[in-house]
Amino acid sequence: MTGYPLLLSDSVTMLRRTLRRMRRYPSLTAFVIGIPLIFLLIFVYVFGGTLGAGIGAGIGGGAGGREEYIAYVLPGILMITVASGPQGTAISVAIDMTAGIIARFKTMAVARASVLGGHVIGTVIQTMFALAVVMGVALLMGFRATTGPIEWLAAVGLLALATFALAWLCVALGLVAKSVETASNTPMFLALLPFMSSAFVPAESMPGPLAWFAENQPFTPIIETLRGLLLGTEIGTSAALAVGWCVAISIASYVWSTRLYERPRTA
Amino acid sequence: MTAAIRATGLRKSYGDLVVLDGIDIEVAEGTIYALLGPNGAGKTTTVHILSTLLPADDGAVEIGGNDLATQTDAVRSLIGLTGQVSAVDDLFTGEENLRLMADLRHLGRLEGRQRVEELLERFDLVDAAKRPVATYSGGMRRRLDLAMTLVGDPRIIFLDEPTTGLDPRSRRMMWQTIRDLVAGGVTILLTTQYLEEADRLAHRIGLLDHGRLVAEGTPAELKRLVPGGHIRLAFADAADLERAAGTLTDGARDDETLTLQFPSDGGVRSLRALLDRLDAETIEVTELAVQTPDLDDVFLSLTEDRTTEKVATR
Repeated sequence: MTGYPLLLSDSVTMLRRTLRRMRRYPSLTAFVIGIPLIFLLIFVYVFGGTLGAGIGAGIGGGAGGREEYIAYVLPGILMITVASGPQGTAISVAIDMTAGIIARFKTMAVARASVLGGHVIGTVIQTMFALAVVMGVALLMGFRATTGPIEWLAAVGLLALATFALAWLCVALGLVAKSVETASNTPMFLALLPFMSSAFVPAESMPGPLAWFAENQPFTPIIETLRGLLLGTEIGTSAALAVGWCVAISIASYVWSTRLYERPRTA
Repeated sequence: MTAAIRATGLRKSYGDLVVLDGIDIEVAEGTIYALLGPNGAGKTTTVHILSTLLPADDGAVEIGGNDLATQTDAVRSLIGLTGQVSAVDDLFTGEENLRLMADLRHLGRLEGRQRVEELLERFDLVDAAKRPVATYSGGMRRRLDLAMTLVGDPRIIFLDEPTTGLDPRSRRMMWQTIRDLVAGGVTILLTTQYLEEADRLAHRIGLLDHGRLVAEGTPAELKRLVPGGHIRLAFADAADLERAAGTLTDGARDDETLTLQFPSDGGVRSLRALLDRLDAETIEVTELAVQTPDLDDVFLSLTEDRTTEKVATR
């Protein structure tokens, strides 16, 4: 008899469940890919000419303009992708919680971490897939990285780490929400954070308090690090800050989530 | 016989609201125990505590000889719960739901597949196996729900109102399933609002009201608690009723149905005495019914006014 929890086996089972649910409900994945793509197209083709000229030369090595701007904005678009995947996670977790199947998992000898962990890993896989699509489109639009494969690998790792952190955060937000509607609303601020960062325009160009916020919120060092890894710009302390934020958010959200999960819910 | 479930002094409250006020339950292995009570009596809370979903404020629970608080995983590997909220994955097919359970119970690939097929067969879900659960009827969902609980072959099963909302045929099927399980040595604790269900299925019944067990015993023992038996005589017309009521003054008279009702111990002697007195007056009785006490009488006399009021004002 193997009734006792087996963390690895249970996590694989839960991950398979999450991935199958994603396939059954593809509109969520389409949303995760669609939103950043639309932003990419709008920012490059609608605002890109002007914004690129404003930001000026130096990033892609050219004279500034639409081609420049795609290079400048891509790290931000990638982070919008990273922020949109986990928003679906909050919804899936909230659906699970209201559907009663969690009560079944809780009364079974299932490894505790696997139920939520399945959602998180599933989100990371889904988001990495979305990132690949967004990256592919950006390449078609003329984006050219100026760095080597090591930097690319590091960029992929950082994106995965950031997704992991935000996925845990959204698991917690999905657990804390009293309804599925709330769960779909609370993580919305994640979609706004990239706009209040150095994603679209340099933070220095913003007015005082906003500039301060943009400089010091977690998305900015992540975006600056990505920019450095893909385009060879100065990274400085951004890398350490980026990894630090991701690790801190992951740990805090993990602790918060597991506490929320253990909290009895009667309904 | 050993106890599969032993709970002593269970208490639970939410703020000022006392949901369970110190209840003791003991269920012998291989028997059915029914927790019977009106809405809000604490039935679901009890099931949630016993099935490890909810911590009790006070009290001790042993499930299959394991302490609920310290050997939680051992308890979980023994039990299965089918709650009131359906615990199935709507996006999955019936078969996938069962496979998920097989994986989580760590059945091997082959054993898991066999178990799933067997359960689909047993619960009459073979035709629907490949359809998403979202398309299932209420009865089918309930069957799948129970089938999922059974994947891990639990020795102790908690069923929270397993037949609420089911049509009579599905209800009968559910009863048969429950009986079959117990015949196979499984212990079942179920909750119900239906007296008939408890009477038919359970070896022992606990009557729960306001978080307290107000009575406990076999159905027969509970019925003996109230002298609820009576004899009812019906008459052809108001005149006969009038005369009978004049002779037998201890009867409860109902002008609408033209009946008189007398308390009775169900014995033949008291019945004969009654009829002899009517014979002496040559009053014709059109219909006679002898009622032995049923669980309704027990229920209404033991649960507090809340329920009786509801019935009285009906």
